[in-house]
This record gives sequence, structure tokens and C-alpha cells, in this order.
Amino acid sequence: MNYALSVNGAIHELAVDPDMPLLWALREPLSLTGTKYGCGIAQCGACTVHLDGRPVRSCVTPVSAAIGKQITTIEGLGTNEAPHPVQVAWSEVGVPQCGYCQSGQIMSAAALLAEKPDPTDADIDAAMAGNLCRCGTYLRIRKAIHAAAALMAQKGAA
Amino acid sequence: MSAVPVTRRHFLKVTAATGGGLLIGFHVPEALAAAVQPKPWTALPQGAEINAWLAIDAEGNVTIRVPHTEMGQGALTAVSMMIAEELDVDWTRVRAVFADPNRHLRNGNEYKSMNTSGSAVVRRQHPHIMQAGASARERLKEVAARAWGVERSQVEAKLGTLKSGSRTGSYAEFATAAAAVTLPDEPAIRKPGEWWLLGNPKKRLDVDVKSNGSAVYAIDVQVPNMVYAAVKACPVPWGTLKSFDESGISSRPGIVAVVALKAVPGKTGNSDLQDAVAVVADSWWRAKAALDRLSIEWDDGPSAHVSTPSQLALARQLLDQPGELVSEKSEGGLWIGEAREVTAEYHRPWETHARMEPINATVSVTPGRVDVWSPTQDQSDALELAADQAGRDPKDVYVHTVFLGGGFGGNGGGATAVTRQATELSKRLKRPVKVIWSREEDFAQDKQRPPNVTRLTAALRPDGLPYAWTTRSLWFTPAGVERVGPATADYGISNMPYRVPNRRHERINAKSHIPVATHRAPGTNQHGFMTECFVDEVAIAGGIDPLEWRLRMTEGLDDWQLVLRALKEKSGFRTDLPKGRGMGVAIVEDHGSICAACATVRVSPAGELAVEKVVIVIDSGHVINPHNAAEQLEGGVCWELSHAWMGGLELREGRFVNTNFDGYPLLRMPQMPEVEVHFALSGGSKWGGIGEPAGPPTPPAVANAIYFATGKRIRSTPFKVHDLSHG
Repeated sequence: MNYALSVNGAIHELAVDPDMPLLWALREPLSLTGTKYGCGIAQCGACTVHLDGRPVRSCVTPVSAAIGKQITTIEGLGTNEAPHPVQVAWSEVGVPQCGYCQSGQIMSAAALLAEKPDPTDADIDAAMAGNLCRCGTYLRIRKAIHAAAALMAQKGAA
Repeated sequence: MSAVPVTRRHFLKVTAATGGGLLIGFHVPEALAAAVQPKPWTALPQGAEINAWLAIDAEGNVTIRVPHTEMGQGALTAVSMMIAEELDVDWTRVRAVFADPNRHLRNGNEYKSMNTSGSAVVRRQHPHIMQAGASARERLKEVAARAWGVERSQVEAKLGTLKSGSRTGSYAEFATAAAAVTLPDEPAIRKPGEWWLLGNPKKRLDVDVKSNGSAVYAIDVQVPNMVYAAVKACPVPWGTLKSFDESGISSRPGIVAVVALKAVPGKTGNSDLQDAVAVVADSWWRAKAALDRLSIEWDDGPSAHVSTPSQLALARQLLDQPGELVSEKSEGGLWIGEAREVTAEYHRPWETHARMEPINATVSVTPGRVDVWSPTQDQSDALELAADQAGRDPKDVYVHTVFLGGGFGGNGGGATAVTRQATELSKRLKRPVKVIWSREEDFAQDKQRPPNVTRLTAALRPDGLPYAWTTRSLWFTPAGVERVGPATADYGISNMPYRVPNRRHERINAKSHIPVATHRAPGTNQHGFMTECFVDEVAIAGGIDPLEWRLRMTEGLDDWQLVLRALKEKSGFRTDLPKGRGMGVAIVEDHGSICAACATVRVSPAGELAVEKVVIVIDSGHVINPHNAAEQLEGGVCWELSHAWMGGLELREGRFVNTNFDGYPLLRMPQMPEVEVHFALSGGSKWGGIGEPAGPPTPPAVANAIYFATGKRIRSTPFKVHDLSHG
């Protein structure tokens, strides 16, 4: 069956199985491989994307549930010329080690900041608890989220 | 399955390049900042090659070819820094790519080694890596000297510019000629006091490509005409395939083939095929969904009765008998049985690597060549495996180094059979195949970290210090694998530094059907926990402060004293915190570094544990990038605290039963303690590792802190199964 999906602002028509998780539609036919497979059961967060701005685990979100919604992946969060403040902060703090979980971390962080522009450590812990990092970059992620919040506040004030 | 219209923008364009190796389409960044390509195995237009390690283009940009893999530990940046230090070029002009394993093979191991393991890239390999940069610099100076009619010693090379008197020239001008120069003697590499770049905190080269989703891992590789395979091996390792019935799945959409993969009699290595079934389809999801519905009959073999409790019972039986002697020393005087004794039994369970990137490989076997993308810690090994499985000359095999989504020792030395699986499937189906292990398969078929059960006994003198110390350590390992990694029987236990006059260390290898592999700080993690918790037991039994005990028992060992004194100063360790809070210390040597930890914990009366803070002090001799070093030490804390607090694979009926993150939880952000890192560097000839040593002292420091908070002594992991409540 054909599905029209809006991904990063462009419409794509895909012929995929209705129960196929959005993750695999993004990674294979659309070649948007920044979104990662980690567990397949919504336990690790590596597959996090936004549906209408809200973070979802694309490994358990069927394609059919994404129809008519704006899907944003790491590739569409910012551009090389104008990266998202979270990406700027990630770069400045130097968060990633192996990097495999970081697309999901960044998408969760961006969704948090859209809702809470100045999160406390407790807010960050709550919003990021679903994203595993095996390399142990958690402290730098927290630092970078605060830095991104400051960048966004500066932008807002300017 | 089809995609209409598919955005081709991100699709990798693969064409045979004239220079050998695949040329993958890539976007050359415009910024001339120190950088790495998203796909850093690509052949960039690199300019003039001075030696295998580096090339300089007309604008003075330096491309450094890194033979080691990047799995989060920072090797890409470390190798580039070491070469840039010696070459003496502006760091912002440096670009890193991965070196070509096929070239390495054809040119007689041109990069010496493409293996990445054992915290060795800086620790062990800095001399020949720095030498490559120094040699290139001196060649540039030599050609400039000849052109200017002066001696090489009169030419200065600094930040990409050659200078002698009033004459100056760029490296780029002399690069082509420099490649042809033979020096009478290779120059000596710079000593730590002479460094200008090394020792300074530098942002890693791979940060930006890992912040925008463009970094390519093996699992991301797409090549034209590729199909996807999901595989399932016998859940009981080395069990055999009896039969399967594909009639229920063969008519499902997109299914290409259902293939039985068979073990080869007599081949029982970690990278050898075990019996498995592969479902190949036009999407991995379709392959996996069909595999889940495939009915397979296995012969579980002779190990189907083995469980975690049966292994522990066997271990205790074996530990009642003497073991193989590892080392013994006696300075006379009291021995065990002749004085007041402290004795305890400790154990650690099976653990898995749980790299965030599940095991996978993409292989294309064509008549003329074989191409391999595999998350391996040793590309030469992947090359040989693919050549062997495809029945080809290794010289016709091209391995493309990709970013690894974690490695942790589990992807080294052909530690998985996935490269053989993908090669075999591509050979049979005559098209490129990407094999991905589901997370459940990744856990079930990983080469695991073995469990250990150890008994320790100490005899105390009247002054409370130990006079005799014996250990009997039991490992579960497969036949033929007596040591996991180098000398793990010694690490953290028989090589402990404490000056006990009479010591005896024994080892027992108990056979197990579970394949094993190195696992970030192998051996030291298990033994370090046991030794350092037992040290606290002995110190407390003798009425001595645990930190003072360690200082007294390492008197005369300058580097241990250096680290312990720094720990004492930085941590504010004390044993008199109110009930429910506690501090604990531990110190372990691993991969040439001495690393100490002080943990502060809070335990609620109901027994809920919070690890508030871990102070790390390390003597690695030298540090070339403090930024990355601190990251690695934080990561090491997280790594081993995770296993000790909430880990443990459970074996039941010969197979592991908790094979995803729901049953095998890892540390998450709310549980991550604050980590404070301090370097206490002894310098000199010591070069210790950074990626692994912070793991081993962390769990014993936490367990020792829990004792002071609750009065409860933990002698096994995970901590979460222990009742820590206190009234």
C-alpha cells in the first residue's frame, strides 16, 4: 500500500507494509540513516524522531501512525549553515563519543527545549531517561542541554 | 517494496575508483577546519603523499590517514594529533580519513597494525605514529635545504612553513619532492617537554558529523542491488540446526531467500560460523518479521541444562580443590591458618557488550573483488575472514573502515561471525547483502564477558595489617580459552601492589559452552572489584582507615602513593558520615595506568541507592588530549558502574534469557553520578591507557561506600539484587 509521508518538509510516497515501523521506512527507502536502530522495543531511544514536534520512538511507531503528521529527523533538525542550537551546543561541549545514540539524544533534547526553554537538571533527567548512551556521555549531554537553552535565550533576546 | 519517488540525495553513490578501493560520493566541507568526512574511508583528493600516513595538497591542507578504528575512544583525533605534532602543521588544516586496509596488506603491513584494542593506540603505538610525522617533516626540510643550498639543520619547519634565514616556503611547495627523499637516519620523536600540540585539550574531529546524523556506521551503508538478512543462530551456543519449515514465510512479500548457514566441523573460533538460519528480503524489517515467524527445530546439544545457578554450584565445588598456581611468594613468618583471618567469597556474573550499534556487516562478493563494511576493531582481520569465506585472494578484498557504534573489546580480533555470514550470503546470492543481528540476537550470540568466582583469605598481624594473602579465582571459559585477553588471571588480583609478605594466587578454569571475548578492562573489572572490596574488609577488621591502609601498604611505590595522596586531597574521603550516606575508595592498575576512585553514595532506609559522586584520579604517565581523556574516564565510570549496579546476563537452559534492554538495564542519565577527574601524572617512561582504567575502581569504591552507609557488605553484583535497607 502507498503512504504519503511528510519528512523534513518534503512529501514522499512510499509503498511499504502498514505495520513497518517508521524507523525502517526512514532508514531504507528514504536513506535517512541518521536515525538509528538500537533495540526495536522503545527501550534505548536511538530511533527518536519528532512527530508534529513531539519525540517518538520510531522503532515502535508504524508508518500508518505517521500519516498526515510532520516527521522531523536529525537530518531535518538543522542545516550545515544553520544548525539547531542543540547541535551547536553538542559541538561546543564535544558530547559524542561513539556517536551512535546521539541523533536520538539530540532529538529528545530539542523536543524538551521546545517545551521547556530553561529546564532544570530534574527536567533534563526526566526527558532524557529514555535515551541510553553506552559510552557514558550523560554528563556532557546535560551540560550541552543547558548550553543550548542559553543559546536559545540569547537568540530570543536578540 | 518500492519508494516513489525516492529522495536520492542521501544515497551513497558507489563506483569503482581507478586507484583501487570504492569511491563513495561525499560532500567536501568548505570549511578548512580540522575535520573528518562523514564517510572517512573515502579517497579524498589528498595532494602529494609524503608517506603512507599523510598527504599535503596545494593549499597546505594535510590529510592524515588513520589506520585505527574510531569507536568512541578518540583514536581518529589522537592519531591525527600525534602526526600533526611532529609534522608541525596548523591543527585547523588537518583532515582525517581512515587508511586503506587493502593497501596495508599489499604493502607489507605498511601501517604496522590496524588493530584497535587494549587501550594501545597512544600507549603502545605512539612511537611509530609520531615517527611517521617526524619523518615527513625532516624530508620536507631536506628538500628545502637542497633547493636553498643550506644544511637541513639550518631549516626550520613550523606550522606548515619552512624557513632558513630570509628564505621561506610552504610545505605544499616541497611536498612532492619530499616523498622521494631518503634520509640517512630517521629523526627521534619529540619528548613530552617539547610538545606544542599534544597535551592541549582539543575538540574531537568526529564531533560535528556525529551531531547531525551524517556519520556513517556499518549499519548505515547502502550499496546498489543490496538485500537485507536477519539471522538466528541456535540460542544455545554451538547447538545445531535440525530443520526449519519455510513454507509459512516464503510467500510473504519481499522474501528473497531462506538460507541455512552451517558450522564447519572442527572450526570453533569466535569468528567461525555456528549453525544459523538467515532470511533474506528486500528490507530488513521484512526479513526480521519473517524470521520471527519461521519455525526452526534446534538440537540444543549437551549444554542445554546449564544455568546461572548450576554454574555457581559447580564453581563452589571446584573452588574447594586447589587450583593452578599463578604466583607465590613467601618472606617467611606467619602463613594462613596461623593467625587471625579474614575470608570471603566474591562473584560477578556474565555480562554482554551491548554496543549501541547491533552487530552487522555488509559484504559484496563479485567476480573481481570483495567489498566489506563491518564494525570491526581490526580491519585486517575482517579482510582475512572475508577472503577465507569467499575463497578469494586477500589482495582482492577491500575493507572500508566505518565509524563503530561502540566496540568495547567485543568487535576485535574477529570476535563475531557476522562478516563470514554476510560473505557467505553474498557469495551464494551473487549480490550485496547486509546482515543485521537484532538486538536479541546481538545479546544471545555476543562473545560474552565471563563470570568469575573468587575466594580470598588474609591473615592479620597483631597490628592489624595483613601478613599473608591467598586467592583462588575461577573463570568460566570455553575449552582452549584459558585467558580472556592478556593475562587476565593476573589483572587486579595477583598483580595487586600491596606489600603483603606472603602471597599465593591460584586459578581455576571451569569449562563452559559460552564463547567469550575481551570486555573493556577485561579481567581487571572482575578481580578489581573483589580485591578492592576485600581490602576494605581486611582494613576494617584490622581497625585501620581504608585509605590509610592503602597508603601504608604501598609505601615505597611512588606512583601508587602519588595517586592515593591526590585522591585523599581531592575527595575529602571520610568514614564518619551519618547513616544512609557513605564514601568508599578503591585503586586498581589497568592497561599501564593506576586509577583510583572515591564514591559518595546515599542509601535510603528502604534501601534505594543513589551514587552521588565519583572522584577519579589517574596516573597514565602522559595525556595527549585532556579533553578526550576526561571523556573516556567519565565513560569508564559509567561503563562498569552500569554492570555492577544493574547488569548481569542470566543463563537458563543453556541460553541467555534477558536479551534486550528491558531485561538487561544499563545506567541511564538519572543514575549517572557526578564525575570529577584529576590527573596525577608521573611522566617519564610511563604511557598508560585511558579508555579502560576508570572502570575497575568504580564498583568497589561504590560497594565500599555502601558499607559505610548501611553496614552491609556486598560481595557480588549486580547491587540491585541486594537488600540495602537499614534501620
